[in-house]
Amino acid sequence: MRETKSLLEQKLDRRLLLAGGLAAGGTAVMATAARGQTGHAGHGTPAAADPQPAHLSAHGAMITVGEVEDSRNGFDPVKLLGDWETGTVSTLPGGRTLRSFEVTAEDKEIEIAPGILFPAWTYNGRVPGPSLRATEGDRLKIVFRNNGSHPHSMHFHGIHAARMDGVPGAGLIGPGEEFVYEFDARPFGCHLYHCHALPLKRHIQKGMYGAFIIDPDPARHPEHEAVARSRLLGTPENAGWQEFVMVMNAFDTNFDNENEVYAVNTVAHAYAKKPIRVLKDKPVRIYLVNVVEFDPINSFHLHANFFDYYNQGTTLTPTLRTVDLITQCQAERGILEFHFKEHEPGLYMFHPHQSEFTELGWSGMFDVVEAVS
Amino acid sequence: MTDVSRTSRDTQAGWPRWLSLLWIVLPLAVLGLAVAWMVSSDPLASFRNGAPPVENLTFERTIIGNDGIRILVRAGGSEPMTIAQVQVDDAYWQFTQDPPGPIARGATAWISLPYPWVLGEAHAVNVVTSTGTTFGHDIAVAVPTPTRNSPSFAAQAVLGGFVGILPVAIGLMFYPALRGVGRNGMDFLLSMTVGLLAFLFVDTLEDAFELAGEAAALFQGPTMIVLAATASFLLLMAAGRRGGTPTGLALATFIALGIGLHNLGEGLAIGAAFVSGAAGLGTFLVLGFTLHNITEGIGIAAPILKERPPLRTFAMLTLLAGGPAVVGLWIGSLAYAPQWSALALAIGAGAILQVIVEMVSLQLRQRADGSRALLAPAAMAGLAAGIGFMYLTAMLVKI
Repeated sequence: MRETKSLLEQKLDRRLLLAGGLAAGGTAVMATAARGQTGHAGHGTPAAADPQPAHLSAHGAMITVGEVEDSRNGFDPVKLLGDWETGTVSTLPGGRTLRSFEVTAEDKEIEIAPGILFPAWTYNGRVPGPSLRATEGDRLKIVFRNNGSHPHSMHFHGIHAARMDGVPGAGLIGPGEEFVYEFDARPFGCHLYHCHALPLKRHIQKGMYGAFIIDPDPARHPEHEAVARSRLLGTPENAGWQEFVMVMNAFDTNFDNENEVYAVNTVAHAYAKKPIRVLKDKPVRIYLVNVVEFDPINSFHLHANFFDYYNQGTTLTPTLRTVDLITQCQAERGILEFHFKEHEPGLYMFHPHQSEFTELGWSGMFDVVEAVS
Repeated sequence: MTDVSRTSRDTQAGWPRWLSLLWIVLPLAVLGLAVAWMVSSDPLASFRNGAPPVENLTFERTIIGNDGIRILVRAGGSEPMTIAQVQVDDAYWQFTQDPPGPIARGATAWISLPYPWVLGEAHAVNVVTSTGTTFGHDIAVAVPTPTRNSPSFAAQAVLGGFVGILPVAIGLMFYPALRGVGRNGMDFLLSMTVGLLAFLFVDTLEDAFELAGEAAALFQGPTMIVLAATASFLLLMAAGRRGGTPTGLALATFIALGIGLHNLGEGLAIGAAFVSGAAGLGTFLVLGFTLHNITEGIGIAAPILKERPPLRTFAMLTLLAGGPAVVGLWIGSLAYAPQWSALALAIGAGAILQVIVEMVSLQLRQRADGSRALLAPAAMAGLAAGIGFMYLTAMLVKI
């Protein structure tokens, strides 16, 4: 051993000075490179000893841990409920209303459950996309820009020309391109739009969908004018309602064609942790849309109450009366109407009656109160 | 030799001592420089293609108790990974992580879930990380995990006695009967011992590899087993031959040690089967183990047939070979991480290999005709009997 060592020393001695220089340089570089690694912001662990408020104890321990950072997402699930995008309104030469929307597709990482980040494709940076709301008979103009990394489109469920369908060859645009969809707002109802780029499943479940509500024009429905007026945003009759849009969605976070997180309006357990405040005396109308991929059916069940249901919202009389559960297949939607006038104030749960979806994040509560404090 | 070393010492004397120190500093400095360059100039930037970091999570221990399910996980990702949520049976469940925060590569954390598990039923735990990647862990049959002070410990000791100590004692009780055997009988017995040891060697290694498969990748299970087995083999060979090749009682002691380490593994397996609920241990199964292990006693007795050891030596040999089964049962039932059990089994495999080598060399030395002794009909019959008996009785106990 000793012999080998001295042989090495003899052979390599001349490079010693160079080595010294290297070593010194090395330390200098090290010092400048001591930047801290990017911290992985932990969402923390729950404080086990905290006394639970009533709305949390209702779920027991079966709930996601922690809170989603709404500011980081850029949208607050509570605000999404009534955040209508009514566009820019102008009048056409013939006296018709022209309603213009601007929608931009962009890639964005969103937090879909506390600590779980999902690489979403979004309309206007939010999932679900903006809840577009128009009135029956409006001329609609939707300027769509694709700032995403993949081809996208807006395929509206409505009546329009083939050219405006948002399928490949008709309004499907590549990254950096722009397209203007133009058609009349009809039929009135609770509809949706989604990306129709292929593969369809992936484009939809990545977050490219939104509610598309067309309010009935009371003038066209003299036999149900009062009902139509109550549905028309901006009327005093409509102001007497508490309206919420709920898009039932889900996320396949590990891309195995099964959903890991279910929700309404994206964030798991959002309305379980922050119940939706509802006035006892004011009727409730929910625009409910199902865009869950991979599972054929979703549903909505209301606790301790029954509701009237307008399938696809295209009628002014209920298609189902006095039910407490409805099912919706993929892209099916409808309007729910109910009230808590004869109920005592308290927490009233709602969730799909596929227990699996409920347990994986899609559940919420109405906090029924006498008056807003 | 002396001249050469003097010459080199003279040469060395020509250089100051700090120069030789520098030759230690230089390679380390180059390493430091490489690390610094890597960190500062980020030459791997072009490889970064937007892919999320590689994540890996191994489930090492599952403790099921009154307060729910506790799981020890070990991270093996390219970067520290964060557990965002935990599902149990497809439901998000409240959990606490100890220690909290991101888990560094190679580090472990306890996940505690206050989950109302159901006795005797299956449950599935699914960990969702911050990137949405999931890691599943199945609890095949939920039964409470024994604790260190639970009454089941005494019962396990009794069971270990049945599986390990009793059969070795029974085997050793053949000692007086075996003393009378002739040369062929001796050949038969020694070869039978080699045969049963060969079976145990394969069996132990197989179990070790199986356990290593469950361990985190960073432990490099198969490599660890081969290295540990080789090290234990070499160490025991060296230790055994310090006072010449072991014969008689010394050899019997080494056989007892090797068998003991194997029985430790057997105990671990039974204990682990208990805790995972995989085995509702039946009487038949326990008797199978007893039968399976009786030949071990005969094997230990074989090298000392020409000696007259005192009775307490037999007691010591019995405890050395059979006692570890009790210890294994205890450790196994506490659901320790698979890599430690694999390590213990690998050491056992090395020990068994050592006694096989020593047994064969004993046979070679005892007979003038050398290697032909191993091929004598009695020896071949013994080998076949040893392996065959072990294989057939193992059918009673493999689940």
